[in-house]
Amino acid sequence: MIHPTPESNLVAPASFNARALAKRLFVSLGILPLLLTVTLVYFAVNEPRFLSLDNLSNVMRVSTFLIIVAMGQMLVILTAGLDLSVGSIIGFVGVVTASLMLHLLDTYPQAVGLAIGLSVAGGLLAGVLVGAVNGIGVSLLKVSPFMMTLGTMTSLVGISLSLTSGLPVTGIPDEFMQLFGYGRVLGMTPPVLITLVLFVIIWLLLNRTTSGRYFYAVGANLRAAQLSGISTRWQLFLAYALSGLLAAVVGVLFLARTGSAEALNGQPFGLQAIAACVIGGVSLFGGIGKVRDVLLGALFITILTNGMDLIRIESYVQQIVLGAVLILSLVADQLRLRWTC
Amino acid sequence: MHALVNNSQVLSADSVPPAFAQGTVFRVEGLSKRFGAVQALSNMAFELRRGEVHVLFGENGAGKSTLINMIAGALQPDSGCLLLNEMPVAFRDVQDARRHGIAAMFQEFSLAPTLSVEENVLLGAEPRRWIFINIAERRRRVRAALARFGFDLDLHASVSQLSRAQQQMVEMTKALLTEPKILILDEPTASLSEKETEALFELVNRLREQGVSIIYITHRIKEIYRISDRITVMRDGQFISTVQTSEIAEEQLVQLMTGRCFEAFYPQILYRPGPCLLSLHNLSSQDGSVREVSLRVCAGEVVGLAGLVGCGKSEIGRAVFGLVAIAAGEVQVSGSPSLRPTPRKMLDRGLAYITSDRRNEGLMMLRPTQENITLSALRLSSLSFGGWLRMGAEREAASDLGQRMRVHPLNLDGHVGRYSGGNQQKVLIAKALSRDTQVFIFDEPTVGIDVSARVEVYACIKALAEAGHAVVIISSDLPEVLNLSHRLYVVRDGRIVDHMDKPEITETRALHGFFGTPIFSTAGAES
Repeated sequence: MIHPTPESNLVAPASFNARALAKRLFVSLGILPLLLTVTLVYFAVNEPRFLSLDNLSNVMRVSTFLIIVAMGQMLVILTAGLDLSVGSIIGFVGVVTASLMLHLLDTYPQAVGLAIGLSVAGGLLAGVLVGAVNGIGVSLLKVSPFMMTLGTMTSLVGISLSLTSGLPVTGIPDEFMQLFGYGRVLGMTPPVLITLVLFVIIWLLLNRTTSGRYFYAVGANLRAAQLSGISTRWQLFLAYALSGLLAAVVGVLFLARTGSAEALNGQPFGLQAIAACVIGGVSLFGGIGKVRDVLLGALFITILTNGMDLIRIESYVQQIVLGAVLILSLVADQLRLRWTC
Repeated sequence: MHALVNNSQVLSADSVPPAFAQGTVFRVEGLSKRFGAVQALSNMAFELRRGEVHVLFGENGAGKSTLINMIAGALQPDSGCLLLNEMPVAFRDVQDARRHGIAAMFQEFSLAPTLSVEENVLLGAEPRRWIFINIAERRRRVRAALARFGFDLDLHASVSQLSRAQQQMVEMTKALLTEPKILILDEPTASLSEKETEALFELVNRLREQGVSIIYITHRIKEIYRISDRITVMRDGQFISTVQTSEIAEEQLVQLMTGRCFEAFYPQILYRPGPCLLSLHNLSSQDGSVREVSLRVCAGEVVGLAGLVGCGKSEIGRAVFGLVAIAAGEVQVSGSPSLRPTPRKMLDRGLAYITSDRRNEGLMMLRPTQENITLSALRLSSLSFGGWLRMGAEREAASDLGQRMRVHPLNLDGHVGRYSGGNQQKVLIAKALSRDTQVFIFDEPTVGIDVSARVEVYACIKALAEAGHAVVIISSDLPEVLNLSHRLYVVRDGRIVDHMDKPEITETRALHGFFGTPIFSTAGAES
């Protein structure tokens, strides 16, 4: 509501207006579009292979996992929480799905379709259950989200390792890997299609339903939400359960991609998902964030990693860059918040 | 606004000019501060002499807190200057101001609740031996300080276990140990008993004799005459006048503060009581803040709950809305059977509680105005269908309500934290109006909002009552609750101790109820 005074308009040089415009753009869009553009241009100029169709479709395929996990993570962060357990849920769901599938095939070698269907359902259920445990801990028992999910993360890794005796589970049937990994549906690989569908669902949830609005309300001001007659406990529970479910989807897709289930399979996604949300402008204090930007944030991380791979930057250095970008976007977010107020 | 009469000019003409007075230790000139859209302080002047108790007097939101925060170094002015012994100074932070001999004791204590009294008093200034804290020395110093100021405190008790008055003593000791030349006390007696208040006054007098200058904020007129030498009156962030306490009468002082006559400021609300909409029978809360409260509120009525801060009047409203756990008693809305209140149930029954704490439990500051207005009504079938939002209907409802409440400028997509306190309060009321609400419980309806927004809030209360809604006003602002209420309950220690119908309502009788003193001598003498 602050109008520039007439005086300041008279004396303002032309550059002032450009700067004001840049500032307004930054405040409304955040730093992500800038980062994304700079990265794309940089790699496009420096590495011809970067813009090849092969590489782009590769980027898309690789990014799907992170996008899905990050969308789940976003629901939790919107409620001013944090889900550290998503990485270990991915590993755990892979192990559960693979073991179940092998066991069913052992018993009924003919019924491949049934085995796949049941084991996938079992895997997803396992993920939802872990999410539900997180949700109960946070909403009913009032454990801090950080500690609650740190606890489930730690014990889940232990459970997965002891289920598999620390060895990878292999021998996954080809049909499964075709169906969820390599096949083609509408010209897309299944993970890309599933990601698109999930994105639309989450977008609708957050922008077109009461429940979605309540995620924002709970994170923006828990007490105000309670006083508005919203069941904040249910909303918190739902956030963690959905985060568990989305991580479980990635667990299944990841299994279909690699053909082997390992306890530590999903580890890097855990923190990357948080990074994707933060870079996408989701406030860690809750109540602020757009699912579109989370998708772009996840895409950005994948593109950055892919580009650095292509121009042969060492993985150690890659980590430094990723960390620096994360901090940069957090600082930018703080500035943005200050300028908005 | 036409109702406001500015009669301060007459009085300020013969008041002391702020600059160049004898014995001035500190003064400010042209001090201004802006928070977003709110001009909290503009062109403020203030002058403090050596060894005086100088009261800052003004309504909530007059800018007193902003001023002392700047003097104490907690806020930086946008423009204007601070002069300490006629030398311009600028304080980076509270520590910096302390080094210059200015210490403040705020209403919100700066204590670490989990640490002990001893640890708190010298926090940040611990006597050390090399890198280790010299515990024996610290204990000796704290004990000596407490003895010197006359505070009886257990050194080892953790601050969170102390009463508010005791916490205040710790805070005070902490401030005094810096040997300040200027001491700022922000409503120091708000939570003190009579005996503790006397002890505080003694201490203040002793400090004055030692040449310490004291800036004292209080709303209690009696205290002003008891303790102060001079008074600076503020209104709407501006300097109004500085006067000698001995030369001004109570009525003049209040007139200076408000700048208006009460009669024109508070609307006349027609009284046409209908059926009883809210009734409480022997309601008691689990934490003991509400005790055996019975009251009833009818359609078309404005019922006031008055009492001191912390007397439990607010908790009565909160218990009705399900925010304070109920131990015994009944709550009935529109003749329903007794309820175990939760916010959701009460909203569904047509009762809304409009909180006094907008920031922490009223509004989602960083969310758009529209979302704030419609939040509690979203699950009604008018705004959603099977969990799907009716976007158009929501927009329309928010826009209608925003206009009806005269939120200005109405920006449904801008976040509500950008608005001034007055607009935020209007958004909060719009939120209550978004449902078919019959009973409105206003908790401190005008806290932290400016005069013009106040007038609009009062107009809204009038309109609601005259349209046949039941309105409860819980307020620490005595003139407000005295003038608006058709019936007034007085609350002390969680109990209702007095009840007055409109013709019987007087300030004297209310105050006697506040303090539990007998009313026979003066009741009815002034009304």
